[in-house]
Amino acid sequence: MNRLRDRLSEPSPGSVWRSLLRSRSGTIGIAVVLVHLVIALIAPAIIPHDPALQSAARAFQPPSLEHPFGTDQLGRDVFSRVLMGGQTALGVTLISSALAIIWGGTVGIALGLIGGRVDELMMRLVDALLAIPWLLFLLLVVSVLGKNNAVLIAVLTFFYGLPAIRIVRAGTLDFVARDFITAARVRGERTITIIRRELLPNVLDILLVEGAMQWSWMLLGFSSLSFLGFGVQPPTPDWGLMISDNTRTFSLYPWATFFPLIALSSLIIGINLAADALAKALGLDRAQGAPL
Amino acid sequence: MTPLIQVDRLCIGYRNAHGERLHVLRDVSLAIHRGETIGVVGESGCGKSTLTLALMGFLRRGSEVISGTVRFDGYDLFNLDETALAKIRGGRIAVVPQNAGQSLTPSIRIGAQIAEAIRLHTSMPREAIFQRVTELLAHVRLPDPAALARRYPHQLSGGQQQRAAIAMALASEPEVLLLDEPTTGLDVTTQVALLALLADLQRQMGVAMVCISHDIGVIARLCRHIAVMYAGEVIEYGPTEAVLGQPQHPYTRGLLAAIPTIRASVIPRGIGGRPPVVRDGALGCAFAQRCDYADELCLSERPALASSRRENTLHMARCHHVARIVDLPAPSKAIRPAAAPNGERTQPLLEVLDVAVTYYRPGLVGEAARLLGAAVRPKPVVEGITFDVHTGETVALVGESGSGKSTVVRAIIGMNAPFAGQIRFRGAPLAGQADARPLDVRRRIQIVFQNPDASLNPRQQVGQILAQPLRLYFRLSPRACRERAAQLLEQVRLGADYLTRYPAQLSGGEKQRVAIARAFAADPDIVLCDEITSALDVSVQAAVLELLVELQRERGTAYVFIAHDLAVVRAVADRVVVMHLGRVCETGTVSEVYSPPHHPYTEALLAAAHDIHLDGSSAPDRAAAFSRAI
Repeated sequence: MNRLRDRLSEPSPGSVWRSLLRSRSGTIGIAVVLVHLVIALIAPAIIPHDPALQSAARAFQPPSLEHPFGTDQLGRDVFSRVLMGGQTALGVTLISSALAIIWGGTVGIALGLIGGRVDELMMRLVDALLAIPWLLFLLLVVSVLGKNNAVLIAVLTFFYGLPAIRIVRAGTLDFVARDFITAARVRGERTITIIRRELLPNVLDILLVEGAMQWSWMLLGFSSLSFLGFGVQPPTPDWGLMISDNTRTFSLYPWATFFPLIALSSLIIGINLAADALAKALGLDRAQGAPL
Repeated sequence: MTPLIQVDRLCIGYRNAHGERLHVLRDVSLAIHRGETIGVVGESGCGKSTLTLALMGFLRRGSEVISGTVRFDGYDLFNLDETALAKIRGGRIAVVPQNAGQSLTPSIRIGAQIAEAIRLHTSMPREAIFQRVTELLAHVRLPDPAALARRYPHQLSGGQQQRAAIAMALASEPEVLLLDEPTTGLDVTTQVALLALLADLQRQMGVAMVCISHDIGVIARLCRHIAVMYAGEVIEYGPTEAVLGQPQHPYTRGLLAAIPTIRASVIPRGIGGRPPVVRDGALGCAFAQRCDYADELCLSERPALASSRRENTLHMARCHHVARIVDLPAPSKAIRPAAAPNGERTQPLLEVLDVAVTYYRPGLVGEAARLLGAAVRPKPVVEGITFDVHTGETVALVGESGSGKSTVVRAIIGMNAPFAGQIRFRGAPLAGQADARPLDVRRRIQIVFQNPDASLNPRQQVGQILAQPLRLYFRLSPRACRERAAQLLEQVRLGADYLTRYPAQLSGGEKQRVAIARAFAADPDIVLCDEITSALDVSVQAAVLELLVELQRERGTAYVFIAHDLAVVRAVADRVVVMHLGRVCETGTVSEVYSPPHHPYTEALLAAAHDIHLDGSSAPDRAAAFSRAI
């Protein structure tokens, strides 16, 4: 209660940063994510070997000074491939999660405000869509439209925006019933002003946290796609692809699977930690029964 | 005789984010003997609830006992193992929680819930338990106990739920009953019945009662002794008649002066400022900052709780100047001048003519039923509502919950299902929906809501909140908005330094002032006040009422004032509309409505309100003292 009051009394952006960095898990999470982003950006400049360079003679070499993470079955340098392997995944999922919360947020706010039958109908539609296994659907789309990043982004955005619709609509409904929205309506404000000035500041934190959570889910999903052979195409290095390529030899040459696995899971864990800490800093702690 | 519960110099505190230790309770000492009744009164944040919990050996998470003890029948509650505590809690000390509706499990039948309480604390055979449940329900005067035991909590009215909670508390035949705001949120007629029940139970069973409430009237009715709390301290303690009749602490005096009275049109007086946060090693009297009589001594030295009066050693106050205070005459009260009679001559500002509102929002099922030809004819929520409001006057809508007051307000403001009948503003009919009204008409009719927490956007600073109407109605530049907002804040007795604060940084009274400032930013002809003081403490309520009256005097704004509290209405209203079950049952000037002959329903309401203040049967002295005090 007292902690709640202390937090409520300083809702400025600065204080959110402070309390985000005050929690250890938040600091770790943000650090991990930043390291990954920086590596993905500067990877081409720092890799010791050409990640696509094959050499049958060097296949399955254990980690050494020359190849810190060893080599895979085609003799490629695992270290260089791990550094490069996040680029596509990070790029695609960052764009998709940003788009997902924009589309989910827009529809969610609109439905919450409009209410009534439109809302009811649309939400049943969202429920129905959520029942479709998106991975299967994506495989279908990809097999029809072909594999390219634009299709991937579109499908990921669409499906990962659906939960955002639910959550943002719920958040909006929570506020639409409040007197300050009623006051704005009675006053004669235009709907767009109500959304911009009254509603958005209140659902923005829900959106941010939702976006961060979706990002981590999407990474997992995208890597699964690559793993199944529908995401990133060889010879572009990608963690999901690398894991898939080398699983069968895991017991003999674990390094070729292990290091991309560590890279992927550390990033996902990092994002989750950061998202949780962000939720707490914004007062949306799920443990406290917040709308997430 | 040793007391049943002995609280000895109890200090409870917690550390804030900066590691400072703040005190919630400071040196609280209380003795509760068997069969005794003690009332703890104080405004929100004064430590009442922490004290209630401490009486059962509970602490809020994060808080700690700094020093002192709570002993129950000799056991030190904060140094007792869980099993021993469990025997005492709920068994020998039972609590009737605030808002019984929320404390009863919604999915379990009333009877089963009470049976569980019995099983927990006695070893009765199965058949006897059912017998006992019915007995208990009959004991709290619930009708048809056997049938009622099979109902679920939501099938009971608020008053019935409260009775069921009392029955549950009595299940273990406790020695002490803790009543946490037992009547808050109930209608006045229900309150009276419940208080009579509690007084009877106390007399029959000889159970000791500790009643925590912000409502002095309730405590006067129920308790022989009264402890007044302020900033975590007991600042005055004594027999109820003495404390109310001859208050010795300036805060108690202020509190009594802040209570509106039903017997005269008197504007109650607020207490300025707000309670301090008590830090470790704080010096001086906690009330000094707000006290008219404070001097150097009060700022430097903390007064002890001591009796000053030569003859009455049981009446104690924590004030250096008791001897001086107690001889002062009661604070004078300003009788509000009656509004100039302008009834027939001028055109009314607002006319509500035979308005009826029906809520009908068919769901898919209802729609299907209608298509299949089922006759769906919903009953109107309000019907035949007619009254008018003139410039500069205050018309109050009074009634119990569910009487349709708010529905009428929503119709006037245009936030309703369409209404039948007509509402005319400055001679022209108003459109049913706010959207269809011209902006200028909207500007002239403003509303202040009941709960300032909900009516202020938590993510906007006060300056932004006040800028909204200024921008919309007057197209002021951001800079002009800020200047005007600062002026408005001055007018509601807040400073320009409030411009950059968020609602969460304000107290309840301050938030309501901001909401009032926002309404006045539109320069309205009429302001609808929907229960605007019912969420506030009495001293804050009094200050808000004062402010409304002043603003009206300065600007000639008319008010439609919705309230359930007849005393508050008497304080501010010129004319009164009494509503019951969606209909108007009496209309008239304040003096007409508040003096006989009454409409039967008004009669019942007034009698109940008087009963809270004055009661002939059980505690005449105490209630009479309260009645005289306010």
